[in-house]
Amino acid sequence: MHDFTPIPALAGGALIGLASVWLLAANGRIAGVSGILHGIFSPPEAQWRAWFISGLLLAGLAWQAAGAPVALREGFPPGWAAVAGLLVGFGTRMGGGCTSGHGVCGLGRLSARSLVAVITFMASGMVSVFIVRHLLGVTS
Amino acid sequence: MSALFSALGAGFVFGIGLWVSGMANPKKVLGFLDITGDWDASLMLVMGGAVAVTAISFRFVLERKKPFIEQTFELPSRKDIDIPLVAGAALFGIGWGIAGYCPGPALTALSTLSMESVVFVSAMLVGGFAHRALSGRK
Repeated sequence: MHDFTPIPALAGGALIGLASVWLLAANGRIAGVSGILHGIFSPPEAQWRAWFISGLLLAGLAWQAAGAPVALREGFPPGWAAVAGLLVGFGTRMGGGCTSGHGVCGLGRLSARSLVAVITFMASGMVSVFIVRHLLGVTS
Repeated sequence: MSALFSALGAGFVFGIGLWVSGMANPKKVLGFLDITGDWDASLMLVMGGAVAVTAISFRFVLERKKPFIEQTFELPSRKDIDIPLVAGAALFGIGWGIAGYCPGPALTALSTLSMESVVFVSAMLVGGFAHRALSGRK
């Protein structure tokens, strides 16, 4: 576990939690990124969603502008990135949420549905890494 | 208008949290999901830190009659555990384990315009549209 970084992990996690509390307290909406992203394409609640996603993108630009470290991965096969994106896009809409909606917000609301989803995607993610990384040898 | 700036600000803080925590780094994410390799438990603390904040704060927020800016709280109402929930979460996890990106980190990483983030986010949108088409929802 030589990559263990508990302090940034906790601090960043707290920021993610605070942003979710902010969106619920001010806007009355759940900070579930997959739902917010795809909701951009279905009015009437498209506008605030587009602004939230813009905030995510701006954060990345600000992070880089500040010269903070960005660990870019080189040489990850684009074909695998495409397959992964398709599965994430389809699966999060089918399951009604991702790490933020079911994880950060759903667990925060003590939702049993979200707990089942989180356990399921954590488990399938671990199996997936084992197969793709160790059995198929995809470099990542 | 203030609702839109509020959403922008929440998205910004959310995104900074993703970068600070290491979630925006797919190698870090895969290191967490790789329990048979050199396991990196950090992301457990990201989720733990975030849920600690939401679990404590949400109950106070929801005691209010309405949000500070908007007029109503819009919360998921479903409580049933069905096949699409589990199957969808399983498919999502497989994709997450392949590339190390879930939707939030992928979107904030898109700002780097790296080839993998552009491909991943494009495919993620296609996947969402495919689900919408297949499920017949508008």
